[in-house]
Amino acid sequence: MSEALLSLDNVSLSFGGVRAISDVSFDIRQGEIRAIIGPNGAGKTSMLNVINGFYHPQAGTITFEGKTRKRMRPYEAASQGIARTFQNVALFKGMTTLDNIMTGRGLKMHRGLIWQALRHGPALEEEIKHREFCEEIIDFLEIEAIRKTPVGKLPYGLQKRVELGRALAMEPRLLLLDEPMAGMNREEKEDMSRFIIEANRRLGATIALIEHDIGVVMDLSDRVVVLEYGRKIADGPPEKIKADPQVIAAYLGVAH
Amino acid sequence: MGGAPKSANSDDTFGKLMRVNAWVRGERPAFRLKEYGVWRSWTWGQAYQETRALAQGLLELGISSGDRVAIAGANRPKLYWAITAAQMLGAIPVPLYSDAVAEELGGVLEHAGARLIIAEDQEQVDKVLSILDRLPQVERVLYEKPRGLGDYDDPRLGALDAAIAKGHEKLADPRVAEAMDARIEEGRGADPSVILFTSGTTGRSKGVVLTGERCIAAARDTVAFDNLTDRDEVLASLPLAWAGDHYLNYAQGYVSGFCMACPESAATAAEDLREIGPTFHFAPPRVFEQLLTRVTIRMEDASRFKRWLFRHFMNVAKRWGEKIINREPVSIGARLHYALGRLLIYEPLKNTLGFTRVRVAYTAGEAIGAELFAFYRSIGLNLKQLYGQTEAFLYVTAQADGAVRSDTVGPPAPHVEIRLSPEGEVQFKSPGMFVGYFEEPEKTSEALTEDGFVKTGDAGVFEPDGQLKIVDRAKDVGRLADGQLFAPKYIENKLKFFADIREAVALGHGRDYVTVMLNIELASVGNWAERNGVAYGSYQELTAHPDVATLIMRHVEAVNQALAQEPAMAGAQIRRFLILPKELDADDGELTRTQKVRRRFIAERYGPLVEGLYNGAHDAAISAEITYEDGRKGRLEGRSRIHEMKTFGMEATRPRAAA
Repeated sequence: MSEALLSLDNVSLSFGGVRAISDVSFDIRQGEIRAIIGPNGAGKTSMLNVINGFYHPQAGTITFEGKTRKRMRPYEAASQGIARTFQNVALFKGMTTLDNIMTGRGLKMHRGLIWQALRHGPALEEEIKHREFCEEIIDFLEIEAIRKTPVGKLPYGLQKRVELGRALAMEPRLLLLDEPMAGMNREEKEDMSRFIIEANRRLGATIALIEHDIGVVMDLSDRVVVLEYGRKIADGPPEKIKADPQVIAAYLGVAH
Repeated sequence: MGGAPKSANSDDTFGKLMRVNAWVRGERPAFRLKEYGVWRSWTWGQAYQETRALAQGLLELGISSGDRVAIAGANRPKLYWAITAAQMLGAIPVPLYSDAVAEELGGVLEHAGARLIIAEDQEQVDKVLSILDRLPQVERVLYEKPRGLGDYDDPRLGALDAAIAKGHEKLADPRVAEAMDARIEEGRGADPSVILFTSGTTGRSKGVVLTGERCIAAARDTVAFDNLTDRDEVLASLPLAWAGDHYLNYAQGYVSGFCMACPESAATAAEDLREIGPTFHFAPPRVFEQLLTRVTIRMEDASRFKRWLFRHFMNVAKRWGEKIINREPVSIGARLHYALGRLLIYEPLKNTLGFTRVRVAYTAGEAIGAELFAFYRSIGLNLKQLYGQTEAFLYVTAQADGAVRSDTVGPPAPHVEIRLSPEGEVQFKSPGMFVGYFEEPEKTSEALTEDGFVKTGDAGVFEPDGQLKIVDRAKDVGRLADGQLFAPKYIENKLKFFADIREAVALGHGRDYVTVMLNIELASVGNWAERNGVAYGSYQELTAHPDVATLIMRHVEAVNQALAQEPAMAGAQIRRFLILPKELDADDGELTRTQKVRRRFIAERYGPLVEGLYNGAHDAAISAEITYEDGRKGRLEGRSRIHEMKTFGMEATRPRAAA
């Protein structure tokens, strides 16, 4: 087995008296697709927020690429190569698809603000280079036709795709996807699954995703971790999870 | 007929023609492709080098004269080069419809006996691989885009780029290069150049075999007809397998040396059109209709002032636009008014649609509504109609600049001979005419008359100005009892151009006069009823309302008036009609799944109504079984009033017209 890219050890998080996550440990291995599932309010999104430094857990440690840390800010996480998408799409609605994806390259642009504003010399060269990269993502996600459309005008399924594009533009080491297929129809889900698999295999992104569609989860992921009321109740490959009586009782519904 | 004698052995194949272009206009752009958001261009010189290398690469793979090479994919420069590369070797390219399902592809590939398949991408490769077991003669499958094919391990699979690279490598040896040039030179114009499969709406598709010299001779004629030069540019977005693409883009492009721009994807074609600004354009009527709908919808969302401006100048265009484009005399005031409209509305609109630079645009394939046609012409787009067939290598007739009508398809194209059979069927001989169907001599002889004319299966009439008018499929055309020509679809189409009429069924074969059964369009008539305070509880009730009958009568009368203007059709005016109490429905077998009326079935099912139409009754009752959406059956009982119509000028044309 390959080594862990990220591991969480005994992480606990609470808001006032509410325990969102209690004493959870699991790891994400280099190159895998890791799913986090659980009923509503199980702490899945909180988990992602802990991983990308948005929340700071009261207890436990997070180790990313061998470095252990307690506190980290989201931009630090981003510069280390952790990208994410959100449950409710968080794009710049007035900007075009291309511009939104270009913002994903922000951390990789090194020329100063003035140069960039003048759009001249080395800054222009840099922009062309990054534009090329973004065009590859546009090609990859098959969104050529909406390249210049403001994202606010796009249907929800496409916005989700653009958001994935922006995350991919960061060339992430670890990609966190919060319900990438929520509210999609079957065809859109199939497309999205294909993109996730391709991003994983071809672009080499390690992926952690939250998803409610169990069929999709079982098909996509290498390993699944199951949360309930902030605690981990199961962890393992999909076949094992499907057969786990505790998971069935808590999440998939009790068979009558 | 046949190849132009003056240059019979210098450029009678597409391989030779491409070489000529590389010599004559080596630095002019030949192909463009939008990739990764940027347009990339290849000159004729570059394209020729790549194509020649691919030809050498195919030769290395064992392809030689007479072999069939199938090509599946969208409009991409490399796939066009593959067509020419095969032709350079004397092999026969067989372009395939890229959206065909595996099963259909299998049928065509089997029949064509292709040894090599060139597929655009993973999607096409998947289809091909799924049927490869049935196709033992296929030796290799080359793909253009490697994406997603990384872990495919079929030994027959290879990259198109690798074949081109191999070709370049081999051609570095001057002896190999010389042999390749000799091979291109040896190509004979009389040999098969391409096999285009018909779309197969009636039965299994047939492979239409065309020769190089005929293709090129036909293209020379129309290139001259429309003054196309190497300064022209097209957006090549028609299916590769369709004669329209092989003719309008490929053959005309090679003959005139114009530039073929390939869209990034089918979904971006509208935007690519705007970026390229082609000078020659073709689209079926359906596409023009969708464009207009999009414009109309966007105008409804515009501000009030803009809406007013648009309406005002569209009325100006309607009144003067067509006259101006047809170079008819128009007053100075009207010209100025129109010029202002050009500045404010027409040119910006054309720019949005990508039509700014279009000099010549064609539409064909189905009847186009007069209003729709007039809209585009009135804003200054030189839209014309042609009538074509794969067997003719497209052009049979075409309208010349300045002599354009919406209801005809034009006089015979240059060097095309047309005649009408006694039954009214259009038959032709043309420079680009096919040499036969691939390996189906019996079907070839079925399609030809004894003296070598091609039977089109379409019925037509010639107008006094020499333009051909296609009225119907020949087998559907009948005669009234007095011998008057009766073309049901022609009459139905005229009625259906009214928004209030959804479907129409014309009857009359073997009868004394023409009658029609109609469906009203609920959306449009319902809207009218609302505005005019006509109350109704159901579709059936609406159809029976006397005011609705008056409304529809006006439309029928307008159709009669139009028919009266046409010597060949004047006798087929509508004498009586009724409005059907139910909508014709595919679930009841009244329409085909593609929404075409099944005339014979309807005449039988509504027998009592038909009887009423012809026995002089004022109304007729019907009771028919109907199927609800959920599959349950029910019975429909209804009465329809039968309306008498006025006819125009019948007496004048009654004595048997010289048809």
